Amino acid sequence: MDATTKRQLEFEALKIRLAVIEGTYHAKCGHPGGALSIADMLSYLYFREMNIRPNDPKWEDRDRFVLSKGHAAPALYGVLAARGFISEDLIPTLRHTGSILQGHPDMKGIPGVDMSTGSLGQGISAAAGIALGAKLSGKDFRTYAILGDGELEEGQVWEAAMFAGHKKLDNLCVIVDNNNLQIDGCLEEVNSPLPIPEKFAAFNFHVIEIDAHDFDQIEKALNEARTVKGKPTAIIQKSVKGRGVSYMENQVSWHGKAPNAEEYEIAKKELLTALAAYKEG
Amino acid sequence: MAEVKTIATRDSYGSELVALGAEDERIIVMDADLSAATKTAGFRKAFPDRFINAGIAEANMMGVAAGLSTTGKIVFASSFAMFASGRAFEQVRNSIGYPHLNVKIGATHAGISVGEDGATHQCCEDIALMRSIPGMTILNPADDTETRKAIRAAVALSGPVYLRFGRLAVPVLFDDSYKFEIGKGVTLKEGTDVTIVATGLMVGEALTAAELLKNEGVSARVINMATIKPLDRDILINAARETGAIVTAEEHSILGGLGGAVAELLSETVPTPVMRVGVEDRFGQSGPAKELLKLYGLCAENIVAKAKAAIALKK
Repeated sequence: MDATTKRQLEFEALKIRLAVIEGTYHAKCGHPGGALSIADMLSYLYFREMNIRPNDPKWEDRDRFVLSKGHAAPALYGVLAARGFISEDLIPTLRHTGSILQGHPDMKGIPGVDMSTGSLGQGISAAAGIALGAKLSGKDFRTYAILGDGELEEGQVWEAAMFAGHKKLDNLCVIVDNNNLQIDGCLEEVNSPLPIPEKFAAFNFHVIEIDAHDFDQIEKALNEARTVKGKPTAIIQKSVKGRGVSYMENQVSWHGKAPNAEEYEIAKKELLTALAAYKEG
Repeated sequence: MAEVKTIATRDSYGSELVALGAEDERIIVMDADLSAATKTAGFRKAFPDRFINAGIAEANMMGVAAGLSTTGKIVFASSFAMFASGRAFEQVRNSIGYPHLNVKIGATHAGISVGEDGATHQCCEDIALMRSIPGMTILNPADDTETRKAIRAAVALSGPVYLRFGRLAVPVLFDDSYKFEIGKGVTLKEGTDVTIVATGLMVGEALTAAELLKNEGVSARVINMATIKPLDRDILINAARETGAIVTAEEHSILGGLGGAVAELLSETVPTPVMRVGVEDRFGQSGPAKELLKLYGLCAENIVAKAKAAIALKK
């Protein structure tokens, strides 16, 4: 990846992170930790990988995206705003009465949302159904789904994985955000779904392991996924929960709470300072 | 009297899907390893490329059906009522109901007429569950003719539909001239003393009950309520006003099904005695279907008794 592209992706990822902070601060609730950990992947998907038209969000040949870990909605809304699907002015209305920005993604109300999600384990099934629909219709669009690692504790994930492997859905790319933390603690303390790569491999997925915050690795993995035939791909991305906001990184307490006014200012300053550096460059 | 032809509504479902499959490329049928019992096996054989077996994984099946529908497919997701509405309730609510996707749920083996398999498979709660999901249409056809028409009406409607079918062969009540419309009850017999509102296999019993009542000098109206949701308010309010007593009859729990829906409506509009014939808040058991229907009071004789009780409550 050339330096200019990488700078742009880093810039957009910072905007997504800023939207996560703006949204959850104004909502006084929400899930910043697991939203920040997928910001880089969303930046790459929406600015490099996916074939999409922000001015025609229902275009039938578009690539599809399903946020199976629906609670990371603030990051999805951030990238939809950055990419022009929705107005950036909407971000502070997250979770407010009457706003289209529901606490979890709502395909009926939000342009660019391909599936309503939020109840864990269900998004991957829908993604498999969309991928199967493409095959049945002879269309070559691809479907991407991001799952949480705690979400893997849901049995439906493995029903879907079995199905996707069995149906050889090579147009489906599942990304597992492996930040190792869920609401009640770290995975190993709660109910470990580890080892993750071996499980997906056993369900006939092509498995790729990457660093979630390294755009070169993200690019290489998604390029590789497109070449795999006869199998869906699972990209297991090792991520840092809260990535990009110093005091939130690797802190389970930031799974599901909003920053207060003081914390908001700190986070905003960190992200705006980083953004300013890109603007100057 | 000539021998009455009987056909299980699950058989009608299976054969109508084959007919629809030939007419419309968008039709996809899913099943959860029960295609021989749900009768989707005919479609599986005729259109193998458009038959998707999810295996014994109903939760995933509903999610896949939701995803497929977003690509323009009209998906019939089939399983037993117990698993389609019960096991997969939350998937139906969140992945199909909330986004109001165009998925048709073909639920066979509803009610206790499942018979010998017993309580674990005798779903008497599905209407209550599905009725609580905003925007869900619920169709519970009475015979072969109505089943075929209901399936076609479901295809013509954009949005989620729960279709409820039975295992037991039931009399064919209607000929091709029968008019079916989603959301409309059909008055099968006029009457002035009491109205029997029946659905599914209880429609035949309701007609028999009306004959028995006639012999005792009671004039009973019979309404076939194949659409449980949206409920036909007008036909019910008129029946309450004109006959002053209502009996509901369904092969479902008396809690939350047709009886519940009718009682809710009338208590808020035309307060009227409503007696409910159905499974009385208990589990089923193993046995031949016809024996169980009698044992659980899902029969003409019980409708007659409840009709008299309703009339006695009139002011």
